[in-house]
Amino acid sequence: MNAINCQEEQAIARSIIEIDVNNHPGVMSHVVGLFSRRTFNVEGIICLPVGQSGLSRIWLLVNEDQRLPQMIKQVEKLEDVITIRRHNADHTVFRDLEHFFQSS
Amino acid sequence: MSETLTGAQMTVRLLERQGIRIVTGYPGGAILPIYDALGQSTVIRHVLARHEQGAGFIAQGMARVSGLPAVCLASSGPGATNLLTAIADAKLDSIPLVAITGQVPRAMIGTDAFQEVDTYGLTIPITKHNFLVTSAEELLEVIPRAFQIAASGRPGPVLIDIPKDVQTQAIEISHWPEPGGALPAPATITELTEQAAALINSAARPLLYLGGGVIHSGASAAAVELAEKSSLPTVMTLMALGAMPVDHPLSMGMLGMHGARYTNLALDECDLLIAIGARFDDRATGKVAQFCPNAKIIHIDIDPAELDKIKTAFIGIQSDVQDALNNLLPAVKQNSRKNWVNRIQTLKNQFPMQLPDADNPRSHFGLIRTVAACLDDSAIITTDVGQHQMWVAQAYPLRRPRQWLTSGGLGTMGFGVPAAIGAALAEPERTVVCFTGDGSILMNIQELVTAAEENVNVKIILMNNASLGLVHQQQTLFYGERLFASQFKAMPDFIKIAQGCGIQAIDLDQASNPCAALMEAISRQGPCLIHASIDATQKVYPMVPPGAANRDMIGA
Repeated sequence: MNAINCQEEQAIARSIIEIDVNNHPGVMSHVVGLFSRRTFNVEGIICLPVGQSGLSRIWLLVNEDQRLPQMIKQVEKLEDVITIRRHNADHTVFRDLEHFFQSS
Repeated sequence: MSETLTGAQMTVRLLERQGIRIVTGYPGGAILPIYDALGQSTVIRHVLARHEQGAGFIAQGMARVSGLPAVCLASSGPGATNLLTAIADAKLDSIPLVAITGQVPRAMIGTDAFQEVDTYGLTIPITKHNFLVTSAEELLEVIPRAFQIAASGRPGPVLIDIPKDVQTQAIEISHWPEPGGALPAPATITELTEQAAALINSAARPLLYLGGGVIHSGASAAAVELAEKSSLPTVMTLMALGAMPVDHPLSMGMLGMHGARYTNLALDECDLLIAIGARFDDRATGKVAQFCPNAKIIHIDIDPAELDKIKTAFIGIQSDVQDALNNLLPAVKQNSRKNWVNRIQTLKNQFPMQLPDADNPRSHFGLIRTVAACLDDSAIITTDVGQHQMWVAQAYPLRRPRQWLTSGGLGTMGFGVPAAIGAALAEPERTVVCFTGDGSILMNIQELVTAAEENVNVKIILMNNASLGLVHQQQTLFYGERLFASQFKAMPDFIKIAQGCGIQAIDLDQASNPCAALMEAISRQGPCLIHASIDATQKVYPMVPPGAANRDMIGA
């Protein structure tokens, strides 16, 4: 079964959040801490450096929730966050990686 | 000309360049290089606390009275964990603090070394920002930036964790960075303040709701000017007390859980709520759905995440409060609002704040009023947390910003004594009074020794009911009078404790003339503990039961 199959996607509305951050130890903790302290599960995380810029890009897959706007504002306030963008669940970033998440 | 300095010497020099003249802390192995360098400083005075939490709150006391970032130091491991409560407290009340902790050498991080703890990880959720410094070079950037972050926008605590080998690493320095200070806030969007002014001008029953942001912004005078110009009855949060003098004709004192009945009833009737530097805390709003049910909301806050967090604003303005008020004031029309002001007066006459027994210095309200009568507005008032804190908030005539230091958001017992010491260190010309309880004072009682050592002008009013008063009250009211773990069976002799710590003490219970004894103790220079027994069955009234709407108050 796919990590995100079609039925599941229909059942739960998802959001995809794209965050550009300074690439250094601790940034990921700062970002995901804002979610975990609200018992808000992050369904998917991808993070890689962006070229040689000293920045990293974090992609988060989260369930749609009325608290998301507040959490996005909190993420925006973090010193190491450069930009944050919110995408709909139809963004392909996680879907393109689905084949790495097949159950055996 | 370049010079070669160690990370520790650089740290001290950078603090000196920040204008820091007093730091407080507690040494230990992993921060000894910094302490060694600090000992050589001719500019910075170190105040030795007796527990790292005490140091954190001493620094908070300095920051709260000055509005400027204050510095506390601790070693790694338990030193750092002991600081956490004071840091979290600063976060919730938006107090600018720079906490510097020693860490085990870089090569030992992650090995469970002696006194190693993940200070960086522990402080992520309770700081505005934090740093784990990985080279001496980095200090040149990190320290000024820590001060900039602590002071800019909505203030808050910043932690800098410095491994011991970074402290001892020597580098050549040819150029020092500029000290870090508050960055200017983004300009207020004038279109929004114009809309807000129009809304204020057209409202029939507007109320002004001031929060701690008004104090932080230094905007109290402008807020009072706005209230006066448009005749806006004004409520204050616990954090904003002093922004408008309590005896100002437009002041309705504190709102919320322990506000006066007329204050909360007036909020029910308003058609416009102008929230300035306030965050709609649950103790202020009661049941949110029923808070100001008929009001449009104008919300001004420097922190964009506060807008629409609890209540959706009709107009939300992200701005420094002083800047927004400067924009707002010319556009707001003079208005006497006779009907509305009269209506407030009627409510006030019908449901006033009641301070029973206020002329009896042996009662809780009477004691607070007698202390106030011994002082003028230059005094600084700190509190601990509990019944005494709410009674002082209700009864003390606070009249100026930064007169009032209390742990609002975190509600930390143990805040009062060290915060008072810090206040007295920062402004030694003032008398500092700390109201405390027999529960709270024990949580940082060791700082009495610091008070003695520094000979600070702090008067500790210990209101002793041999109980955890607010717990006792809630158990009595909401847990079927099943009193459990809220009454102290063993009670220390606080007079002897104070004397044993080297500070003067008097017992008002033994005084034939308590007013005279109080006056004498308060006017004598230096630290003094003033003990007074109070009645454990007294309640903080009125009270909004937890989870209830503000209109459904009980008592008084």
